Amino acid sequence: MSAQVSTIVAAPSTRRSRSLSGLRGTGVAGMVSAAVIALATIAAIFGPLIAPYNPDLPNLSLAWVGPVGGHLLGFDFQGRDVLSRLLAGAQSSMLGPLAVVLLSMTAGAVLAVVSAWRRGAADAVISSGLDILFAFPGILLAVLATAIFGAGLTAASIALSIAYMPYVARVLRGAALRERSQPYVAALEVQGSSATTICLRHIIPNMLALIVAQATIMFGWAMVDLAAISFLGLGVQPPAPNWGVMISENQTGILQGYPLPALSAGVCIVAVVIAFNILGERLFVQAQAARR
Amino acid sequence: MLLASLLIASFVIFAAVYLAPGNAISALSGGRALPASSVRVLEARYHLNEPFLAQYWYWLTNALHGNLGISIILRENVSTLIASRIWTTAGLVLYASVLILLFGIGMGIVAGLRPGFLDTSTLVVTAISAAIPSFVAAIVLILLFSVKLGWFPALGNGTTFLSNVQHFTLPAVALAFSALAIVARVTRASIREESEREHVQTAVSRGIPARQLIRRHILRNAAIPITTIAGITIASLIAVAAVVETAFSLNGLGAYLVQAAESKDLAVVQGISLVLVTAFVVVNMLVDVLYALLDPRVSLGSRAQ
Repeated sequence: MSAQVSTIVAAPSTRRSRSLSGLRGTGVAGMVSAAVIALATIAAIFGPLIAPYNPDLPNLSLAWVGPVGGHLLGFDFQGRDVLSRLLAGAQSSMLGPLAVVLLSMTAGAVLAVVSAWRRGAADAVISSGLDILFAFPGILLAVLATAIFGAGLTAASIALSIAYMPYVARVLRGAALRERSQPYVAALEVQGSSATTICLRHIIPNMLALIVAQATIMFGWAMVDLAAISFLGLGVQPPAPNWGVMISENQTGILQGYPLPALSAGVCIVAVVIAFNILGERLFVQAQAARR
Repeated sequence: MLLASLLIASFVIFAAVYLAPGNAISALSGGRALPASSVRVLEARYHLNEPFLAQYWYWLTNALHGNLGISIILRENVSTLIASRIWTTAGLVLYASVLILLFGIGMGIVAGLRPGFLDTSTLVVTAISAAIPSFVAAIVLILLFSVKLGWFPALGNGTTFLSNVQHFTLPAVALAFSALAIVARVTRASIREESEREHVQTAVSRGIPARQLIRRHILRNAAIPITTIAGITIASLIAVAAVVETAFSLNGLGAYLVQAAESKDLAVVQGISLVLVTAFVVVNMLVDVLYALLDPRVSLGSRAQ
């Protein structure tokens, strides 16, 4: 009975079929952004396989050599094929932000829903705890974490997730409060649905459009911050290929007149970040329009 | 509230380093084995045998007296090391803030008041530059303005004030780049929103001159979201400065923090983190004070919504 009623009550919630048409509603810029993200994802999954040359094989006699023959982007400071390193480096460059987004969104959403549901003391404790976290800029927390646990993607990603959590929680808490005051929630409570069921099966699914939009924007932030950490030498460790690492290890080429290796890694980061920003912005507008 | 969050932030910084894997004595001795007597001397000097909270208390009271411990790498007072670098970072952040306030808000106002080509091109340009990370901006600026054109030096600090301005120009632009775009976009949006509101339309129909209309009716109301975004982005520069300082080999706090993190010089990491977090919290508080000045409805102690 309650299941039947709940499907009726929750009918206006987001269903899977809407996610594709949702993408279509983001306009040309949104579609192009989605295509860029799809390309970067393919590179992240299959990059090491489709790389035309070995991304880790140095050949010092080819150092800083420009584009020739099959080497479209030339060679880096150690004579490694730049295109192959870009493709292989997509993995660590995309995987880190993905982990940050998943961690911070999950923790932030749970905190937001709990404080919107319990209100009162729980809300006060969570909100003031998050206010204190606001005192730590993401990059600073990540540097602190790598100083303590050693350089690497794991420590930096966990630290960034913690630093992003209050931003997620603040946005989602407002939405959760609005959802909490909807009549269907009261109806479910009267029918005896448990708080966990209502939150997991109804409130969170109804906030999904906003969660996806927030996650998309956050991916861009995380990509910039993690690439910065790797650029500083505290993230992915060379010789492993990574876009942030490639900029820092080829930075000397800028001064010596061989800017292509560092620039091409920079272009990859900027293209993916622009794509996530534009798509995220469009999804936000859509999520807000759907709520009205 | 300010003191409470600083206190808790200092506790987090101390506790994080306290919990760090590794033995404090071997960190102090640089990994060498020490005779038992020197171990006892070190334990007494750094209060290593006392409970955690007591150690935190010693560290905090010392920090408040300006004593942040000794760098195990450079064998110097952390406070001295910080003092010699703080003006590089402060100057860089200040320079970038001026750029953001002048050009970010300026671009946003012009684009917001003049719909059409100028507005559209501002939107496109800022959408791209908002996504350019500081270190990418850094390499592009070095490539264009020091390698190709030779207008500015690529690396390092200057010696006199004028040469410092010259040395800091590219780093400040790199630091301001994406923040400036974000501030311009928010300024444009809030100017546009304000100028479409009824009271502005009424003022237009009453024949109030444009200059006065913009100053008294549009800017005054749009100032609040503009202050918010400018405050948030300028505060965030304090941390991002580490990236720019490293890219331009500037001798600032952030670049030193990164070196200290690499070499596990934990007293330096603690000290600089404390200074940067304090600066971050203080800037955020100044923005709150500014709200109260800008908006008579906001009283101090309650946040503007």
